[in-house]
Amino acid sequence: MAVENAVLTVADVQKSFGGLRALSEIDLQIERGKTHAIIGPNGAGKSTLLNVCVGRIPPDEGAVVFKGQVITGKKPHEINQMGIARVFQTPEIFADLTVLQNVMVPAYAKRDGAVKFTLFHGMDKDTDIRLEAEQILMDLGLADKRHDDADSMSRGDKRRLELAMCLVQHPDLLLLDEPTAGMSRLDTNRTIDLLKSIKERGMTKVIIEHDMHVVFSLADKVSVLAQGRIIAEGTPDEVRANPKVQEAYLGGAH
Amino acid sequence: MDTTPSKNAPLSETERVGPAAKEKSVFYRTSGRIATQLPPRGPEMAPLWPPKADIFMTIVFSAVVLTMPLWLQPFGAAYPDLMQRFAIFGIFAIGFNILFGLTGYLSFGHAAFLGVGSYAAVWSFKLFSLNIIPAIIMAVVIAGALAVAIGFVSLRRSGIYFSILTLAFAQMCYNLAYSVLTPITNGETGLRVLSDDPRIIDAIFGTNEVPVPRAELFGISMQGMPGFWTSAVFLIAAFVVALLITRSPFGMMLRGIKSNQVRMSYVGFNTRPYTLMAFVISGMYAGLAGGLLAVVDPLAGAERMQWTASGEVVLMTILGGAGTLLGPFLGAVLIKYFENIFSALGDTTLRSMLEFIPEGLRDTAIAIISPFVGDGWHLTLGVLFMLVVIFMPGGLIEGFRRIGRLFTGGGRKKENG
Ligand SMILES: Nc1ncnc2c1ncn2[C@@H]1O[C@H](COP(=O)(O)OP(=O)(O)OP(=O)(O)O)[C@@H](O)[C@H]1O
Ligand SMILES: [Mg+2]
Repeated sequence: MAVENAVLTVADVQKSFGGLRALSEIDLQIERGKTHAIIGPNGAGKSTLLNVCVGRIPPDEGAVVFKGQVITGKKPHEINQMGIARVFQTPEIFADLTVLQNVMVPAYAKRDGAVKFTLFHGMDKDTDIRLEAEQILMDLGLADKRHDDADSMSRGDKRRLELAMCLVQHPDLLLLDEPTAGMSRLDTNRTIDLLKSIKERGMTKVIIEHDMHVVFSLADKVSVLAQGRIIAEGTPDEVRANPKVQEAYLGGAH
Repeated sequence: MDTTPSKNAPLSETERVGPAAKEKSVFYRTSGRIATQLPPRGPEMAPLWPPKADIFMTIVFSAVVLTMPLWLQPFGAAYPDLMQRFAIFGIFAIGFNILFGLTGYLSFGHAAFLGVGSYAAVWSFKLFSLNIIPAIIMAVVIAGALAVAIGFVSLRRSGIYFSILTLAFAQMCYNLAYSVLTPITNGETGLRVLSDDPRIIDAIFGTNEVPVPRAELFGISMQGMPGFWTSAVFLIAAFVVALLITRSPFGMMLRGIKSNQVRMSYVGFNTRPYTLMAFVISGMYAGLAGGLLAVVDPLAGAERMQWTASGEVVLMTILGGAGTLLGPFLGAVLIKYFENIFSALGDTTLRSMLEFIPEGLRDTAIAIISPFVGDGWHLTLGVLFMLVVIFMPGGLIEGFRRIGRLFTGGGRKKENG
């Protein structure tokens, strides 16, 4: 099932934690510009798969190829610098910094690379960084909170902030681990609109989601993971109709 | 000291950059909800910190430091020997705070850099010149070089393991100074400047023949008040550099590391060089402080490197307020002041101070108080430290802020004083 222009290719990845096989023989191709959903029951290995992609966990076997380069073995910051940004399952933000600073930090990483010592240079001179951060915050409806401590925000706002931190980098590939978990219906719908409205040409999205409403509104393609294996793959409608999937995951709920 | 922008930013600039930013938006502007807001205008583009507040803080800080001989008078602390220590340990603590306060890496070995700075300065007095400029440069450079080596190894770990590694390195330096390195450190006697030292630079100018060798700056001896003024000027410079670093993108990255180091790497930062840079900068501050200790008294001993000295700077920083700009200096002054007052209190002084208590109770009072003074003053320090950590976890500066907020009734705003 070769995909013409895959941005990300996961080739035969295996990962065990002690005796537990978290991932076995994972082959996955993510097509450029598409939204690819990964669904599966709790503990299926979805987050582990993302961890392998961003360099958090080294796979036991297999490789991940991004834009034609093998990224397995690279450090997380190198992988990010190549153009992969990630929203974590539990929001990973800079709790002690202000909301605006939270977005400016990744903007600096994008502009200046992995290391740049600008010790005696006032941040106020970087109007480009500042504007970009302000713009993203405005787009995500967080502009009013820009000078608040990030820690003081609600869980839903923290998720949106994390999304802002990723989007400010204009990544080629955006990995989202349950971006709407714990959100109200209204916030979930806003997030769906938001993700749909990303115009960035070529920005590819991989989204892990339990909420089928989100999956079917966003995904071009769905892969179903169960017990560390991909048991089905196809368009949302194909997957929905697949009896294997209904048995393993949907449990007839749909 | 307040990140909320003032409302007086030049509008012209925003109007110039505003429309361009709109083009850069990653979102389709067609979808209703998202396109409702305007791009940033005046107030939003105001500086992150009101620059005037920083200038004001610097002026106040300088004024406070330079008028120490006046306002310390009522406290009986306005003599050069003590004021020098305020300034020098203030530098030590301000530098320590760049590492601990910004990145959260707690070093228990910074006294090593202090001691090495002192030795380097004394060697410069012996070999090159009694002028303090080469001595200070040597102290900072050599302490910085040692910090590169120790930091490179220690920063491979974080948390308690980092602290233990730095402690181990510092104790190693301390023990080496007493053993293998005695040719350099002169062991327990300590390294001192002698009248028959070579001093090659002074020799060139024919100024190496002095009866009593003393550190000097172009003829001004560093004994007494000039020593204080020199230390004070370095303290103000050290403060300004720390302020600039705190406000720079680099400073923000360090705080990002403290807040969430994992996140830093997933937004594309290689964090190790940043922590190493912070470590080296704070090591250089410690080297500067050590060099100044040798400037005001051209003698270096290994006890300066002992773990108690490393612990003291941790106490200073936490007592005053880690991560704040003014806290470390405040902590240094308080600890050095109390050390001076309490450690000098003997039983006889105590007895005469407590004259007002009736005869019968006086002995009891003395029995209770005496363990806290004299040699036992560390007990006082311990109690003070415990009280601050329990009741004001943010240190004294945080405590003052809370009190200030009670009066102004201010909301939750992030401050950076
Ligand atoms: N670092 C780790 N060490 C040991 N076991 C792990 C580790 N990470 C994940 N696991 C295990 O691997 C399995 C897959 O975990 P993973 O987090 O990938 O599941 P998931 O599909 O994301 O589930 P959820 O929907 O609950 O988020 C689980 O059984 C989990 O306990
Ligand atoms: Mg998960």
